[in-house]
Amino acid sequence: MKVTINGNAGELPDGMTVAEAVRTLTALTSGVAVAVNDVVVSRGSWESTALAENDRVEVLTAVQGG
Amino acid sequence: MNDADDVLVLGGEKFTSRLIMGTGGAPSLDVLDRALEASGTELTTVAMRRLDPAVQGSVLDVLRRRNIRVLPNTAGCFTAGEAVLTARLAREALETNWVKLEVIADERTLLPDPIETFDAAERLVADGFTVLPYIGDDPALARRLEQAGCAAVMPLGAPIGSGLGVRNPHSIELIAEAASVPVILDAGVGTASDAALAMELGCDAVLLATAVTRAQRPELMAAAMRSAVEAGRMARLAGRIPRRRYAEASSPSLPRFA
Repeated sequence: MKVTINGNAGELPDGMTVAEAVRTLTALTSGVAVAVNDVVVSRGSWESTALAENDRVEVLTAVQGG
Repeated sequence: MNDADDVLVLGGEKFTSRLIMGTGGAPSLDVLDRALEASGTELTTVAMRRLDPAVQGSVLDVLRRRNIRVLPNTAGCFTAGEAVLTARLAREALETNWVKLEVIADERTLLPDPIETFDAAERLVADGFTVLPYIGDDPALARRLEQAGCAAVMPLGAPIGSGLGVRNPHSIELIAEAASVPVILDAGVGTASDAALAMELGCDAVLLATAVTRAQRPELMAAAMRSAVEAGRMARLAGRIPRRRYAEASSPSLPRFA
């Protein structure tokens, strides 16, 4: 299935979870937040939330700013 | 001497330092770390961005080590919708419901968009956030945001990164006079006297980044800002003398010679 993670479109195995998608970027779980199609997925739901075709996943963290 | 009871109460939390720092513009995390220490800050902003696997080290580690409370901002957002989503992501990532709400009108001036800011503020307050909105030096908007339930208002002194100081002291003074939530001068500070002036005008705190992080010696400027904020606050509490058009002798007016 086609999923876009942080602006990069790619093919991912069907049924991949948010947790697995995050792990493609980082091993961190704290200090990181995820939105799928502009809706926040809380950390407790990462393992149980499956991604679907054409989902847009944003994985954010804190950086220097302000 | 310092007034030991003079603490800043912001969002129900007490702060001894009235200098809120930003982290943008520092050449390295090491420079930032030393500047934050010299500033004495207890509250510091970070931005939320897409995670980059190539980046080593995190500003969060620096803040954690220094025991500085983190204040996520919504920098880079142009609409209320973007800002609300960014605040929610920050809440999830950083486990804080505090947010510096920043909704920018355009890239060239980086001035805050009052309509989008107000819209986002209402939505975030309703969602349980402690909202600290960055706004223009507009007393009417400041009042409306306070009424909407914001925990503070943060008028600019001058555009972000401009270092132009407090361009409209009269408006800042009006905002500080009318507000019953803390007023934090945010953006435009170029050097220590700007920060002191903001405090003398009645602001409760100053938020700055660039003036320190892009100074030739960030650590020394951070120390200068710390002193300036303290001096300005003490002067405000002490009460300045009125301005006079003519001299008033400070020596006794008795005859010099008997």
